Amino acid sequence: MGTFLKRHRWVGPYALLAPGLLWLLIFYVAPSFQMFVSSFWTGTVEQGYSFSLANWTNYPNNIGEFLPFYVRSIMYALAATVLTFLIAYPLAYTIAFKGGRQKNLLLFLVVAPFFTSFLLRTIAWKIILADDGLLLGPLKAIGIVPVDFRLLATPVAVISGITYSFLPFMTLPIYVALEKIDGRLVEAAKDLYAGPWRPGGAIVGGLIGLALGGLLGVIFDWLWPVTAIFGGVAGALIAVLFISESFVRVTFPLSISGVFAGSLLTFIPAIGDYINAEFLGNPDTNMIGNVIQDKFLTQTDYPSAAALSFTLMFGVLILAFIYARVLGTENVTVGRV
Amino acid sequence: MDVAHVATTTSDRTIAAARRSGGLRRFVDRYLLVGYTALAVIYLLLPVSLVILFSFNNPAGHSNVVWQGFTLKYWLDPLGVDGLPSAIATTLALAFLSTAIATALGTLMALALVRYQFRGRALTNAVIFLPMATPEIIMGASLLTMFVSIGNAPFFPLNFVTILIAHIMFNISYVVVTVRARLSDFPRHLEEAAMDLGANEWTTFWKVTFPLILPGIVAAALLAFSLSIDDFVVTNFTSGQTQTFPLFIYAKNRIGVPVQVNVIGTIIFVVAVGSVAITTLAGRRRR
Repeated sequence: MGTFLKRHRWVGPYALLAPGLLWLLIFYVAPSFQMFVSSFWTGTVEQGYSFSLANWTNYPNNIGEFLPFYVRSIMYALAATVLTFLIAYPLAYTIAFKGGRQKNLLLFLVVAPFFTSFLLRTIAWKIILADDGLLLGPLKAIGIVPVDFRLLATPVAVISGITYSFLPFMTLPIYVALEKIDGRLVEAAKDLYAGPWRPGGAIVGGLIGLALGGLLGVIFDWLWPVTAIFGGVAGALIAVLFISESFVRVTFPLSISGVFAGSLLTFIPAIGDYINAEFLGNPDTNMIGNVIQDKFLTQTDYPSAAALSFTLMFGVLILAFIYARVLGTENVTVGRV
Repeated sequence: MDVAHVATTTSDRTIAAARRSGGLRRFVDRYLLVGYTALAVIYLLLPVSLVILFSFNNPAGHSNVVWQGFTLKYWLDPLGVDGLPSAIATTLALAFLSTAIATALGTLMALALVRYQFRGRALTNAVIFLPMATPEIIMGASLLTMFVSIGNAPFFPLNFVTILIAHIMFNISYVVVTVRARLSDFPRHLEEAAMDLGANEWTTFWKVTFPLILPGIVAAALLAFSLSIDDFVVTNFTSGQTQTFPLFIYAKNRIGVPVQVNVIGTIIFVVAVGSVAITTLAGRRRR
């Protein structure tokens, strides 16, 4: 660092930033624009491309053809986000408040799946969910489940796979938010006679359970009135038996930023995922990612693939913008470890 | 909190708790949450255990999804499948190169963001944040679109260089975020002390700053390495004819994944867990 830098101190940050920032501008920002531009093309690699509005003006046909895939992706990602939340919250709560000396070990176990290959983990779910696999084999043997019942190649398998893949993304931000809570606030609430959550819990818990049960029932393609009633009863019971007023009024509101961060960190990769749908699903469970990958890599129809990806990117950018507005971009410390 | 206050709150709490259904709460606290956590950990680790277990399987045909019997033969011949050794070599080369470059670029950016106030900071943060908030398929697809539209070397046809470019790109943000987290509570007075004692900026950086932020850089590098070694989606879009370990698994999935893949997957798992354990223990001893 010579006298030039001493005389022009303002250069310092830009000199440090330049190489990395340029890399991101050239290989992240520029390709995104290129994708937008390419969506206005028509033609093939061999013949060359010319400008055309066909991919966008043809939207009545395209909506008919591709809307089901977008809707399915949103539904599956939504179901997976709800399920990861239901699984992750009690887990993060236990680690944060009851973890004691095992806290770091437990956190390590939460991220341990990331140390094996993502594809191998998904293939392992095939072993678990197969028609006579680890889960259904014993259940069928003792006759609880009919012999022709299957999970693999159904929406249930795809959504379970996505839920499993992104569970740590939900758990870690919730844990971080819970960990920051000052325990004295909860004690103060208890001192002020915050007791069990009744009768409010029965109503609120029941309604939330009803809504979530119904939603999952619709997405799983099960009898949704049955799942809704089941969810409602379960929600009311859990709320009344296990959830205290101090949790509802103090702990949960203070952890809401973690829930929000975890939901977006789960929903965004889930909506673009296509490995779970390909490995665990059937052609009727294909998500928009499967269509995009097929158009890009098998059909090499780049212009229409670019139009489809740009549409997906636009939706995700809106979510990312909301995230940045609510939580800021400076505080993203939850990477994958 | 003084002792008297603690005493009153505890006794108040005991009375209040006893007045309510204290027994159930204690049951929830003591057994239910612990049992639930145990189940959740089993759920998280079940697929991992199956990957390891099936590296000892002795399947009859191509497909390695039904347990047939124990054997060590694939552990004794972990590279004995056509194309697997070169795929592993490519994956390791990509991981080392992309980690080295992304860690260097990302650390410099983190230093700039923590040390300086400058114009364009919000925009820089946005550019760093976006790749982490973009589904991999979109990053892969847009890079592919750009490489195809450029249409000539070194970007097209797709090759090792295009995968490397992509891996560096998605790793930079994670490095910045990890190193920045460690830098934010950095003891600045140590640098000032070094400068007061006559060290110039260069010496201060290498003798004081760098050793102190080294744990953060190591953590960032480990994260980048693990992201690169396991990446499938972005690699699939930018690879062309080049084969990596995840692409090899994907290609073999239709006809049946060879047992050797589970062996390599297990080795990667053990090495990753081991290196995290070592860095954690080393960090603990330092403090």
